Amino acid sequence: MTASAEHTPTTSETFSGLHKITFVDIILWGLRIALLVVVVGGTIGTLIKGTYSTDQWLDFFLFGLTIGGVYALIALGYTMVYGILRLINFAHGDITMTGAFSAFFLARGLDRAGILDNYPILSMTAIMLLSMAVCTATALIVERICYRPFRHVASLAPLICAIGASFVIQHTFRGMFGNNVRSYPDPEWMKGSLYVFGYDIPVIQPIVIITALVAMLFLYLIVQKTKMGMAMRAVSEDRDAAALMGIDSNKVIIFTFVLGACMAGIGGVLYCFVYKQIYFYSGFIPGIKAFSAAVLGGIGNIPGAMIGGFFLGIVESVGPALFLDGIGIPAPYQLRDLIAFTLLVMVLVFRPQGLLGETLAKKRA
Amino acid sequence: MSFDVVASSRVETEDASPWKHTLQVGTQLGVTAFMLALVGILGMFNNRPIIVGVLTLAYATVGVTFAAAGIMVARRHLFTSPGQTVLAGAVAGLIAAAILSILPIVMSLINLRFIFVALDPALYKFLTFSRPTLYEGVIAMLALGAALGAAGATLVLLPDWLRRPLTGGLVASGIAGLFQELIRPVLANSKASKPLHDLIYTYTGMKLQGAIIVFVVGALAAVLWAKFQPLAKARIKEMPAGSQRTLRAVAMAVAFLLFAMFPLYAGNFVGQVFLLVGLFMLMGMGLNIEVGLAGLLDLGFVAFYAVGAYVTALLTANDYHALAHLSWWEAMPIAVLCSVIVGVLFGVPVLKVRGDYLAVATMGLGEIVRVIVLSDAAAPLLAGAKGILSIPRPNFFGLEMNTPVLLFYLALASSLVAAYVAWRLEDSRLGRAWTAIRDDEDVAQALGINLINVKLLAYGLGAAFAGLAGSIFAAMLGTIYPHSFQLIISINILALIIVGGMGSLPGVALGSLVLIGLPEMLREFGEYRYLFYGLAIIAVMRLKPEGLWPSAAKRREIRAERELKRAVDAELQSEGAKA
Repeated sequence: MTASAEHTPTTSETFSGLHKITFVDIILWGLRIALLVVVVGGTIGTLIKGTYSTDQWLDFFLFGLTIGGVYALIALGYTMVYGILRLINFAHGDITMTGAFSAFFLARGLDRAGILDNYPILSMTAIMLLSMAVCTATALIVERICYRPFRHVASLAPLICAIGASFVIQHTFRGMFGNNVRSYPDPEWMKGSLYVFGYDIPVIQPIVIITALVAMLFLYLIVQKTKMGMAMRAVSEDRDAAALMGIDSNKVIIFTFVLGACMAGIGGVLYCFVYKQIYFYSGFIPGIKAFSAAVLGGIGNIPGAMIGGFFLGIVESVGPALFLDGIGIPAPYQLRDLIAFTLLVMVLVFRPQGLLGETLAKKRA
Repeated sequence: MSFDVVASSRVETEDASPWKHTLQVGTQLGVTAFMLALVGILGMFNNRPIIVGVLTLAYATVGVTFAAAGIMVARRHLFTSPGQTVLAGAVAGLIAAAILSILPIVMSLINLRFIFVALDPALYKFLTFSRPTLYEGVIAMLALGAALGAAGATLVLLPDWLRRPLTGGLVASGIAGLFQELIRPVLANSKASKPLHDLIYTYTGMKLQGAIIVFVVGALAAVLWAKFQPLAKARIKEMPAGSQRTLRAVAMAVAFLLFAMFPLYAGNFVGQVFLLVGLFMLMGMGLNIEVGLAGLLDLGFVAFYAVGAYVTALLTANDYHALAHLSWWEAMPIAVLCSVIVGVLFGVPVLKVRGDYLAVATMGLGEIVRVIVLSDAAAPLLAGAKGILSIPRPNFFGLEMNTPVLLFYLALASSLVAAYVAWRLEDSRLGRAWTAIRDDEDVAQALGINLINVKLLAYGLGAAFAGLAGSIFAAMLGTIYPHSFQLIISINILALIIVGGMGSLPGVALGSLVLIGLPEMLREFGEYRYLFYGLAIIAVMRLKPEGLWPSAAKRREIRAERELKRAVDAELQSEGAKA
């Protein structure tokens, strides 16, 4: 449907047995081998050194699962919008921030009034609802101003507009709420740990993982079982044909943005409760990582985004210790973002259809 | 890369009824003014006098917003009688003012300052016109809105001979008030123009008498321009083609000389701003090759800039991280070469990635470079977050380039070289190959263009310009930190190319003047410049996707398209008449 962003097999791939090997192939193979050496060599090195105990590995893994759940929630917004509009919603990370930043004020108010401590479920629900509402409003404004005018042309214009929107959102919030880093409240019940099979697990981690899973299940049911979900799937298959079947694609697109924004609203609040801070630029890093997760899972594919999110979270959390420490890199934790970005670039270069994107890639080729 | 591939059927919406349109315009502009106040722009603008003691930039902004409501309503010509149009303008202005008045009313009821940092007592005072009661303030705001809305609508309805001097005068005094920091030093520095300076400006802003003088001069200029411009145009048209070309070249040369000489007279502050403009222009020329010509949307461009700066620093600095102690002139070519190598290496993995995926992949690559430079792992070589200190200034035949103005000339000369190279490349075989892969990669390949070489050349050449800019940047600051090389720079450069017009060299110059120079000049913009960038990108994409100064090829395309559309419309109309 679109001219851009497709991975059509080029001659060099189709006749890979016949064409001569160029220096480009050599460099790409070199990259693959270097990556393999780092991963395998690092793993062996770390395991031989034995710096980390089983407890620590479990900690890394669970933290990865936690943050992965957040990535998955945000990634759903990218993947659904891409599925319907074939468009990277570049501002999605910042949309996530808007909800979490606005909800911060409610969370702080509830915390000061003691309500967050006494009625945890009620106040968490209220915080998330506010976040979802703000995310939805922002997403719809962005859709109306930046994407709708370009809905009928395939070009880089919406992407560039989205970059502009991302700036506008960040700096509007900076102007409204100030540019200092605010710390999210830390209620008493969130500080404790659970003891499971003799291991210490911070209580925030199961909360985030379970909330994320429930939200995703809810989303999955909406997409699979409701009429609107069916319409969404139809529009993502073929917008014009869906219109001929009497589906109002405008409604479906708005619905998609709303769903994505709601997931981002939940994800943003959870992210802030994990890292305990927010400021106007907070949306960028989770945004780009969630996008990586969406690409990793196969963009446009909803289960793919969920799996990609958890996968990225775990790799990013375990990776610095497992791969980088083993090859003797000092302070590997500073390079955590490097792992996410490398994964993103590698997937885009070597497997643009992602882990689960087979069918979609075939369909669009 | 083209902007007009139709991907799906579209439904046209019908025009709104006149009063509904009025309501819409009023609401839009009211919300705009409301947001300006909420994010703190109005509060900040209120500290900047346009005319000392009479008008601040904030009141001017609000006034322009209200008047714009009237102008926008009247421009659509939806109303039949002039009286109705003026009334509609007043209504639109009134609606806008009413929306803005919500803010002081809410502020008087509850203190929201702990959430919205901009809602301070100064803003309240501003929004109520320093009146003692809220009631009076709101009435004043509504009256102002209605009056300015009506005035805006009237301005549109006025006959040309009256409207032209009015707008000319208003624009002239607006410019004189806004850019006083640019104009004042120039006037004050020379003995001859000092009296003129004293006549118009004080040291804090424009005098009222100055504003009136500038208004009159502007009005006269507008009248004269309207009278003589068609004559001059006709005269030029009569001239033979050769002398027309010479005339245009002379005009361009004069404009360029004025631009180049300006910082000499305007002092170091302006020199600094122009230096930044020059650096971004240089990088813009580089990215223009990638994005504008070859259609490779690259968001990791800052990496090449960083390579240029770091290589220069490592080769010249008086720092224990330095590998050598060359002079800037010796280090610069090596830095450029390193940037080219990194550019090509950067391009290889993403050769087959297209469109918006390419944008994200290059952004990832750029971030990888930044994370590595910032990390402790690379610190023994690149100094990590500490940065590299004491980089010497370039020495030009014994003249140490230690002022921003001198470095500006270095940047300008480099931009000229870059512009020459880019201009010669545009119509070369290589340039045409770039345009071909921009328009359709598959067709280009089928025509026998070697995609790999052509794309890598684009990355390499683009990187060369960025590396040169980085090298000058290192010399300019004397110190470099990884924090200077954020994604935001890549986006800045992309923004200036888009605003100027993709693939257009004068567009790059204009874009960097507008996006880099303007916010630096209007210091008040400082904190809000990225908001301004974002709005500029969106506005250009929606209203004028070809940019402010489109390339010649793009202009031809647009003209052809417009003619086609006209022909189709005529055809449809004649068919409609038949039916």
